[in-house]
Amino acid sequence: MKALVENFDIFAPRLVDKEEYFCAGHRACQGCGEALAIRQMCKALGKDTVIANATGCMEVISTLYPTTAWKLPWIHVAFPNAAAVGSGVEAGLTALRRKGKIADRYVKTVAIGGDGGTADIGLQALSGAMERGHDMLYVCFDNEAYMNTGIQRSSATPFGASTTTAPAGKASFGNKTWKKNLPEIMVGHNLAYVATACHSYPLDFIEKVKKARKIKGPTYIHCFSVCPTGWRAKSEECIKLGRLAVETGVFPLYEVEKGKYRMTIDPPEKLRPVEDYLKPQGRFRHLTPDQIKIIQDRVILEYKKLQNKIKCSKSWDELAK
Amino acid sequence: MSKRIGMEVAIAAAEAAALCRFDVAAVYPITPQSHVAEHLSDIVADGRIDAEFITVESEHSALSSAIGAAGTGARVVTATSSQGLMYMHEVLPIASAMRLPIVMIIANRAVSGPLNIWNDHTDIMHERDTGWISLFAQNGQEVVDMTIQAFKIGEHRDVMLPVNVNMDGFQLTHMVEPILMPEQEEVDKFLPAYKPYAMVHPDTPVSMGTLAMPEFYAEALKAKDMAMAASRKIIAQVWKDWEKQFGRKYEPIEAHRAEDAEVLMLTMGSMGETAEIAINELRKHGVKAGLLKLKLWRPFPFEELKKLTKNAKVLVVTDRAVSFGGPGGPVCGEVKAALYDEPNRPKIVNYLIGLGGRDLTISDFVDMMKRAAEATKKMPAEAYEYYGVRE
Repeated sequence: MKALVENFDIFAPRLVDKEEYFCAGHRACQGCGEALAIRQMCKALGKDTVIANATGCMEVISTLYPTTAWKLPWIHVAFPNAAAVGSGVEAGLTALRRKGKIADRYVKTVAIGGDGGTADIGLQALSGAMERGHDMLYVCFDNEAYMNTGIQRSSATPFGASTTTAPAGKASFGNKTWKKNLPEIMVGHNLAYVATACHSYPLDFIEKVKKARKIKGPTYIHCFSVCPTGWRAKSEECIKLGRLAVETGVFPLYEVEKGKYRMTIDPPEKLRPVEDYLKPQGRFRHLTPDQIKIIQDRVILEYKKLQNKIKCSKSWDELAK
Repeated sequence: MSKRIGMEVAIAAAEAAALCRFDVAAVYPITPQSHVAEHLSDIVADGRIDAEFITVESEHSALSSAIGAAGTGARVVTATSSQGLMYMHEVLPIASAMRLPIVMIIANRAVSGPLNIWNDHTDIMHERDTGWISLFAQNGQEVVDMTIQAFKIGEHRDVMLPVNVNMDGFQLTHMVEPILMPEQEEVDKFLPAYKPYAMVHPDTPVSMGTLAMPEFYAEALKAKDMAMAASRKIIAQVWKDWEKQFGRKYEPIEAHRAEDAEVLMLTMGSMGETAEIAINELRKHGVKAGLLKLKLWRPFPFEELKKLTKNAKVLVVTDRAVSFGGPGGPVCGEVKAALYDEPNRPKIVNYLIGLGGRDLTISDFVDMMKRAAEATKKMPAEAYEYYGVRE
């Protein structure tokens, strides 16, 4: 896998759609991982897709009236309701196709939102849409805080990160809670496909989007999206930070297909120390060695929990036999 | 020909929406709207119309899904009440800004604090300025007629705005009334197939619901207001078409014995029928009383009101909602604004009545009319009065 990615220039044209559906000229920050991830996602989805976008960075930077970066049909309504809007889009397309009012061909509905719009204010709408079984892929682009409003903590903000509403100070080490495990909440909705992904592993992400696209029913992908602005990191280190998150075990890349867990990007035999990932980021700059140790221990525990699931889980098909 | 049937009004409202062959319904149950939700799902479950029914997990998602579906070009209906309408609030002005002609049936109900499930008009008053056309029905027949009219009004290319049809919770929703239910062919003739302006579909890719900086935002609001203004003409035309085909006349303000009336009363919703009996009683006793029933809350019929009140000495405005610390009830505020520039405007008395389902009898309306005539002798009177409410 590593060798393949290093030769991306040679392989990419054959593996990835050359068409751009999320175009250049948008207003994302330099080194924005989320914008890159959206571009990759669109290439995997292809033309026959409708996007329902929650309010957030990606909506704001891509559709400043009268311009748009979207070549795919796109709809935005508000912050907490991308999954509900997507539900309506899916129902509308289904009814209109059945009634012969639109072309008789399959169009995939995809709802997207940031971690705030997904794990916090949009969680109810997401849970409802997934539970109802809409034929819809939901992709959460997780940059671990409310970046659009200025780096406030969300329930996806990691332990110890300094944000503008969970700042590090004389009496505080920053965010005091552990990141909410949204993929696991989605697994709890009995989805046929749940995966984690990261723009730093484009082929892995694209494969997962393609896989989810093919499934008729609700699916979920949680895409770790590096935000150099909010993480107080260098723009040029965006891709590197995504890789470090995976190599340290902070954000493992796996998929859960019909209940069966599988690691899709094998991390190194021995995980790199979390320090390698934390150090280049200003948001963790204040952490003491003791606090880093707490994070290290938790990362290893979570990683073991995941490995255990990978070892023990069986697919529904297998269990039904 | 329409058949005269006895039907619960909430069910009749759902039947009317079905006659419009909606493509998608997204509804969350709430008292006293729940029979609308249930019956819409019955209609879809029985395959009586070809549609999708989304059992959303909240009202916020009900309207959000409705917007998503309307965005694809579907004809969409939703329904709610009270807390549910307020829970949707965030999305209401977005639906109108996106110019999606969704129809929402509202079972008007008091708003919590304290919890109360009975009828008044507080819920819709909170949504007054969200850019929706608001129709007010006084009986079951009007609920049916207005639901069908709502699609035609909202979908007109000069309008493209969402429309809500207001019916009093319980007083109307749970009442079995005789209704002339139009036949499918009649509705098909009246209401053409919906031709959406834009559709989120790969064959017609658009970006819907974009961000507007200060240099464009105000234009978007002005465009919405212009559409609202343009809707006056379309509403009149749709009502004329309706009268021509079905023989039932609709006006923004329905006047009853108002022409030579010295004391006029203005009502909205189902209480108009009770007030009408009171007016007839007063007439029997030689009081020159008249009644104005407001059917169109947004756009507000300023010109019609001016015309109808120009000979009256006293105008009693009834409000089933409160504007705390304001000039009186929300309807009265509008009425006063409408008549401010009139050289011969009537004296206005405002009663806040029927709050949270407080019963209103014929004698209450007679009493209000009499007291209003007295009150105006020593003007300026109190800005408003909670009629029959304990200290």
